[in-house]
Amino acid sequence: MITVKNLTKRFGETVAVDNVSFEVSKGEILGFLGPNGAGKTTTMKIITCYIPPDNGTASIGDLSIENDSLAIRRKIGYLPESTPLYMDMGVVDYLMFVAELHSIPKNNRIKKVREMVDICNLGREIKKNIGELSKGYRQRVGLAQTLIHDPEILILDEPTSGLDPNQIIEIRELIKKISQEKTIIISTHILPEVTATCHRAIIIHNGKLVADGTTEELVERSRGRTLYFTKMKGPKDQVQSGLQELISVEKVKCVSDSDGDAFRFEILTQKGNNPCEDIYKLSVKNNWIMTELSQERASLENVFRELTSG
Amino acid sequence: MHNTITIVKKEFRSYFNTPLAYVFLLAFLIITQWLVMRGYFLREQADLRTFFNLMPIIFILFIPGITMRLWAEERKQGTIETLMTSPIRDSEVILGKFLGGWLFLALAIVLTFALPIVVSSTVRPDVGIDRGPVIGGYIGLFLLGGAYLAIGIFASSLWDSQIAAWIVGASICFFLYMIGDPFGLFSLPQALVPLFQYISLSQHFENISRGVIDISDLVYYFSVIFFFLFLNTCLLRRRS
Repeated sequence: MITVKNLTKRFGETVAVDNVSFEVSKGEILGFLGPNGAGKTTTMKIITCYIPPDNGTASIGDLSIENDSLAIRRKIGYLPESTPLYMDMGVVDYLMFVAELHSIPKNNRIKKVREMVDICNLGREIKKNIGELSKGYRQRVGLAQTLIHDPEILILDEPTSGLDPNQIIEIRELIKKISQEKTIIISTHILPEVTATCHRAIIIHNGKLVADGTTEELVERSRGRTLYFTKMKGPKDQVQSGLQELISVEKVKCVSDSDGDAFRFEILTQKGNNPCEDIYKLSVKNNWIMTELSQERASLENVFRELTSG
Repeated sequence: MHNTITIVKKEFRSYFNTPLAYVFLLAFLIITQWLVMRGYFLREQADLRTFFNLMPIIFILFIPGITMRLWAEERKQGTIETLMTSPIRDSEVILGKFLGGWLFLALAIVLTFALPIVVSSTVRPDVGIDRGPVIGGYIGLFLLGGAYLAIGIFASSLWDSQIAAWIVGASICFFLYMIGDPFGLFSLPQALVPLFQYISLSQHFENISRGVIDISDLVYYFSVIFFFLFLNTCLLRRRS
């Protein structure tokens, strides 16, 4: 459905998107992950025909962004980052304006706006100006705006950023509700959201695509290395070098300052190595009292941190 | 055309979404009527020459005020992104914004029609006022205002600061109006005088406001409008 091929975009000396390629199938929900400034928003802006790429192309079915910009825009519902809206317009006036922009016939516009008000649960606030709405309701107006022309594709750039936990759950539920029969690209920093809602995730870092796969595949990949945490009462440097000398351990880092006379360490190991026994023996041998020994569960966070830190 | 009309309607309405438009229209009318009428009865001349002499200068201050928000606000609020990813051409948006502004300006001009009515009531009914310069003057104002609007919209697309848009817009309008002024032309080499006279907004306005509507003056104003709207389109394509 969506094909992005060798997409490159530069802003002066900075390469915002560097030779990125991926595909999204019909009906798929793709999580688009990456740290701030990684190139996610730029990629989305290119797919939605807001800015042209320097190299490469993106297409939707047979339509390319270079030649069929207007046709592509008709197929896409786009919610930009931070949900820009006309604050001095009323909710209904704004949705009527968007409906008109999308050439929804005059006799169908009111019906469509009513439908959006119902789907996005805006009934309580329709008489207000957008500027008077809470952030959660503004987000709903933004989503109503993306849905009003019944697009095949939804591109949502951080749709839950800046919302409180209740609002995040409400918007997430709303996205789930509207996701049937639509292809969705959703960029987010909230990784559990990707695990919960997306079929597949791609991770972009410094403009480059660094991972592409189902969330399970990505998590499996991170299992190659495992993190353990231990807290021991003993001289910090001696404990750290003792842990480092263990055969099963790859890297040790002290992650918190002294808690009384105990220090907490992060221990990275290679796949298949379980250092727990060695760590226990080390603490007994040196008479360092161990108050914690835990393994971090492999998660999308691990993959994200592994691929995008540094 | 359908998309352009959608933008025209939205822009025209948005002037009235805040009290700003009412304040603007009120201030515009009070200032113009006061400036014109304060010496009217002393001059003992039943014409609107003072009005048509003052309006181009007043417009230099007021029209960039109408246009300064058109792009600067879209950029600042980020709504430019939702607008320009809708199925609408850049040129349709620009034309829609321009025509919306022109419609608002036309309303402001129409509200000054009280002046010729008042002036004609001060002369003997059998003499009346010379209608040619009045009609020509109003057509000239509408065209000159259109040129200022196109310049103002272009200035608004340069940055996301409305104040900067107002200052730059007013400066370009002022420059293009004043380069035809005899005082400025006097210091120029003789060979350049006709060129400056031609590109000056004031020379063409003076022609039309005499009641003589020449096709070359109309072509000039529409060329200026087209040129600045075209520049605006080019700037918009370079968005990032």
